[in-house]
Amino acid sequence: MLLTLLAATTIGVVRVRNLFAAAVLTGVYSFLMASVLIVLDAVDVAMTEASVGAGIAMVLMLGALYLTKTDESPPVHTVLLPVFVAGVTGVALIWAMSALPPFGAAATPLQLAGPDYLQRSLAETGIPNVVTSVLASYRGYDTLGETTVIFTAGIAVLLLLKRGPAREGGDDDQQPS
Amino acid sequence: MRLDIILRVTTKLLLPLMLLFAAYVQFHGDFGPGGGFQAGVIAGATFILYGLIYGLGAVMRVLPMALVETLIPLGVLIYAGVGVFAMLAGGNFLDYTRLAHEPAHGQELGVFLVEVGVFVTVSSTMLAIFYALAGRGRR
Amino acid sequence: MSGLVGDLVAHFNQWITVFLMVSGLFIVIARGNMIKKLVGLSLFQTSVYLLYIAPGKILGGTAPIISPRFSVYSNPLPHVLILTAIVVGVATLALGLALVVRINEAYGTIEEDEIFEQDSGR
Repeated sequence: MLLTLLAATTIGVVRVRNLFAAAVLTGVYSFLMASVLIVLDAVDVAMTEASVGAGIAMVLMLGALYLTKTDESPPVHTVLLPVFVAGVTGVALIWAMSALPPFGAAATPLQLAGPDYLQRSLAETGIPNVVTSVLASYRGYDTLGETTVIFTAGIAVLLLLKRGPAREGGDDDQQPS
Repeated sequence: MRLDIILRVTTKLLLPLMLLFAAYVQFHGDFGPGGGFQAGVIAGATFILYGLIYGLGAVMRVLPMALVETLIPLGVLIYAGVGVFAMLAGGNFLDYTRLAHEPAHGQELGVFLVEVGVFVTVSSTMLAIFYALAGRGRR
Repeated sequence: MSGLVGDLVAHFNQWITVFLMVSGLFIVIARGNMIKKLVGLSLFQTSVYLLYIAPGKILGGTAPIISPRFSVYSNPLPHVLILTAIVVGVATLALGLALVVRINEAYGTIEEDEIFEQDSGR
């Protein structure tokens, strides 16, 4: 099953030392996650996760690795405390999640607001894709905020990285970003 | 014969298809999965691929840094501009029903413009981050 | 049969989500390499996407795109939320990687212990 593959990839990411391999494994993980999301009927999310996770995130990580180093040093501290913390968190989460309704049920409290949008969307906006209509119209303000977040991240990365220590031939303009 | 000739030829064949796919995902986002974010990422990835295979200089000739830097806030401006225009037309901020003569048409127009704004910002941000990382140089 | 399979899948689903979340947390806490930490953080984030989307699925439903052929759809609201979360996550990752690159230039290393040594030494 896909979820087992996902778990196996995760173990690989934890254990592997070479950071290049970790980046590639993260790309594989994103692809598997996108497949799981398709099985869960979240097609928009799957497309975004596949393109963003397996495409952009991997390119960014490889770019950063090119600028730093590609191997991770062996851990200095013992892993006992982190394993303990992770274990306690895991047990607490499982205990909390056991109260969730079973997978795939239709009449749960989670489904209260959803069907309302499903019915209204076609009549009010004329757009069959409910995710797009909710994203762009019913919750358009949030999407404006999200676009601003991307804009801010781009500006910040440019501020941090725009002028390089090794000048490569042509670009000499010194104006502040 | 250069060692990377397979990569170069394949990339040349793939790039227009990728851009076409990005445009398809963008405009078909109303009827199938897709929309501004996915299309923006795919379009950004197209130019990043060109830069990876053909070199940073080549892609910077096609899309210079100044143009990319102008495009990043332009998308946010389009988005907020739609909102302000709706406010000027008498409704609330980002109330699309005021944009055209009919509420449903207004919604479609508003969603279309908003997705274009998102596309522009997302694709240019991805490309700008790639420019910044690749142009840094080692030591 | 769908009841039994549904139960098994429900529990397996939740167990895997928790496992992903916990291993992401473990990487962030236990590993000293900064890029590895960022990888662990993104792992953690993707497990949260699973956490949100899995309860939204309705067995026998389909993707939330209105079509005359289907009548039961999965809940679209978590999809919208997670779409935003994915893009914000990659923005955070890009910014984190840019910071790591700068740290590497300033300290010469991206291992957390060596950075602490350098900081306490000066």
